[in-house]
Amino acid sequence: MRNLLLAGVAAAALSASALAPALAQDIKQGGSMTVTYKDDVSTLDPAIGYDWQNWSMIKSLFDGLMDYVPGTTELRPEIAESYEISEDGTVFTFKLRDGVKFHNGRALTAEDVKYSIERAVNPKTQSPGAGFFGSIKGFEEASSGDAEGLSGITVVDDGTIKFELSRPDATFLHVLALNFAHVVPKEEVEKYGADFGKHPVGSGAFKLAEWTLGQRLVFERFEDYWNPGVPKLDQIVFEVGQEPVVALLRLQNGEVDVPGDGIPPAKFIEVKNDPKFKDLIIQGGQLHTGYVTMNVKMEPFDKAEVRQAVNMAINKDRILRIINGRAVTANQPLPPSMPGYAKDHEGYAYDPEAAKALLAEAGLADGFETELYVMNTDPQPRIAQAIQQDLKAIGINASIKSLAQANVIAAGGEEDQAPMIWSGGMAWIADFPDPSNFYGPILGCDGAVSGGWNWAWYCNEDLDAMAQEADSMVDPAKAGEREAMWRDIYLKVMEDAPWAPIFNEERFTIRSERIGGDDKLFVDPVHIPVHYDEVYAKDVQ
Amino acid sequence: MLAYITRRLVQTALILLGISFVTFVLLYLVPADPARQIAGRSATAATVENIREQLGLNLPFYEQYLRYLGGLLNGDLGRSYLQKTEVSTLIAARLPASLLLMAGAIFCELALGLTMGVVAALKRGSRTDDTLMIASFVGVSAPQFVIGILLLYVFAVKLGWFPIGGYGTFAHLVLPSITLGFLGAGWYSRMMRSSLIDVLRQDYIRTARATGATRAKVLFGHALPNAILPIIAMIGIDIGLFMSGIVVVESVFGWPGIGQLAWQAIQRVDIPIIMGVTLVSACAIVIGNLLADLITPLIDPRIKLR
Repeated sequence: MRNLLLAGVAAAALSASALAPALAQDIKQGGSMTVTYKDDVSTLDPAIGYDWQNWSMIKSLFDGLMDYVPGTTELRPEIAESYEISEDGTVFTFKLRDGVKFHNGRALTAEDVKYSIERAVNPKTQSPGAGFFGSIKGFEEASSGDAEGLSGITVVDDGTIKFELSRPDATFLHVLALNFAHVVPKEEVEKYGADFGKHPVGSGAFKLAEWTLGQRLVFERFEDYWNPGVPKLDQIVFEVGQEPVVALLRLQNGEVDVPGDGIPPAKFIEVKNDPKFKDLIIQGGQLHTGYVTMNVKMEPFDKAEVRQAVNMAINKDRILRIINGRAVTANQPLPPSMPGYAKDHEGYAYDPEAAKALLAEAGLADGFETELYVMNTDPQPRIAQAIQQDLKAIGINASIKSLAQANVIAAGGEEDQAPMIWSGGMAWIADFPDPSNFYGPILGCDGAVSGGWNWAWYCNEDLDAMAQEADSMVDPAKAGEREAMWRDIYLKVMEDAPWAPIFNEERFTIRSERIGGDDKLFVDPVHIPVHYDEVYAKDVQ
Repeated sequence: MLAYITRRLVQTALILLGISFVTFVLLYLVPADPARQIAGRSATAATVENIREQLGLNLPFYEQYLRYLGGLLNGDLGRSYLQKTEVSTLIAARLPASLLLMAGAIFCELALGLTMGVVAALKRGSRTDDTLMIASFVGVSAPQFVIGILLLYVFAVKLGWFPIGGYGTFAHLVLPSITLGFLGAGWYSRMMRSSLIDVLRQDYIRTARATGATRAKVLFGHALPNAILPIIAMIGIDIGLFMSGIVVVESVFGWPGIGQLAWQAIQRVDIPIIMGVTLVSACAIVIGNLLADLITPLIDPRIKLR
């Protein structure tokens, strides 16, 4: 074994100062913030919660072994003090921090970490995140319910835990930073049973003080939090059931600090051009790509020229206008804020003439008929119509199949159903900021199965082998090399062009004047939508 | 009387059974797969299958329905797929807010509608009458979300007299009640107007006038009590109208009632909640109608229950 990283105080200080000098120093704790959401908060159980609004809330109530430097995609230990990775990348050993306590006062031990991950994998929990732990030894048996726990997790002592993997997995640290790996106290889970998600007890910076169903939740600062100085706020009030338009009016009135659902699309232009709001809007990237898949198993999309022609035929700038410019154009599967993104890649430029020439080369000078599947909620059908017109200009007659989300997903999962699909409203936002997250299920051979998410049915075994090799490069010293390898994989994918990437959505958060913090915290790539632990109240400074 | 009520209650039970069946069939046919929804996109086929089994979704349709009915008889509305808690808990937490809103709306529609109707009837044929009847026409036809947002904008945002949505104090109740009651006020003003005009033409009113009673005494003592009769019976039926109205009004004002719960559940295809709210609303409508039928003979001796 080789020590790759010793976190401790030094690393924590380093990462804090790396964020923004103004933020790390002299921020007084205190104050309150009001956040609104349209929908009820479904559950705050870290093994189950998997939606837009509870993701970041759970991160504030619970802690995991790993987390990210606030506002970035850079990993750092959270309740782990340090970790070691074996030379072959299959054994991860974590030392826990001293003094980490649950909200009920009990000290957190390695046993709790083991229990929490085994709970997420246990089929009875019905966790949507169970599959992320697939590389831990004993996963098959545990996830099928044949074994009680995971044989690959060993509690060495109260402060040390060891994971043995069945294959080297460079994404494993990211997996441990997912909410599904956050630590829960067994006694509280057993006390509340299936309702634990409504009575969450964790070891996070905030604890739940009040939950009035359908109305509001109140988070209060956890006094015994292991990381002094965090969180900055004393209290966060979440009001649910508030329409985004109403939330915006209340923000103007000073009653709301962050409308959690963002700026409603219908008001977007108005708000963006309003001088009152100008300085309150923060724009950031999102780990999202919208793309058109072309089923490589269906004629004539089995020809690479045809797929490339489609890439050249689509006027992406025009599509951006349809969505009021809430995105940037894409030319590759990865979004710009993802490590591994190829900045200098030019992609297929918009060029209908060249597209026509490519079609002629493929023997389809007269064009052809096909179908474009799309989810039936605005603005997706309008986007599909723009694509339809662009294709028409090079002789491809695509009829639009506008269906409910579930039906489009089902059609994509069949080998011979959907020749083209516009992915808007369905896929794909990354679970964690690692380039591998855009490959396996949506471009790899594993996903090209019945009921899978690889709607292009693209399966390139050479690239799969490369992907596997990249993901076994666990050594952080080789991170750059690994990133380059992933960049290569995606550029090679684009040569085959099973997708026409269209755009990457941007996020726009608006906050009140009295809430402070680096802009990056309000469009945090992981703590979505806002990093609740780090933003602060200006009125107590 | 007792026999009548018993018969109506049996009918009610059958109606509810029918509603539960139709709703269950419709939701069964919705192409969303709840198991897949719960399992998330990273789940394997085996995980999805496992969840389907745990929820009993792999059973044939009739068995699923019978299971649901069995639960209903025990007062169990099932567990929400997405909120991960008992549907009955969710509804119970939100029902008081909806009832409060309905009470407020009934008050508003009566106060507004009756006043408008009386004034219009007394000033029949005048400009005031025309204006009031146009207003009532607007009330009957304008979509509630438009009225709601207008009221919010003018009275909460611009004038600042009321809070911008939310729940808790009397001030919070005012705007949503007016919005929800506005539609009914439109109906009531028209009914009140025609009913009062009708009564004012009756012989006994002329007699009262002839005895030298004051205008006010004739109006409040003789005309109104008779003119108002057909309207009281309507209130029971209004509950059904409110059940559809609260879905919109509660969403606009952020009012934490069952209408908002239903709207959220529909958007996310949370079938147990949709079923639960539908059944509870159906109960309310049927009971409202029953009450209306029971009240009518009490206030109008010409009508008898059989």
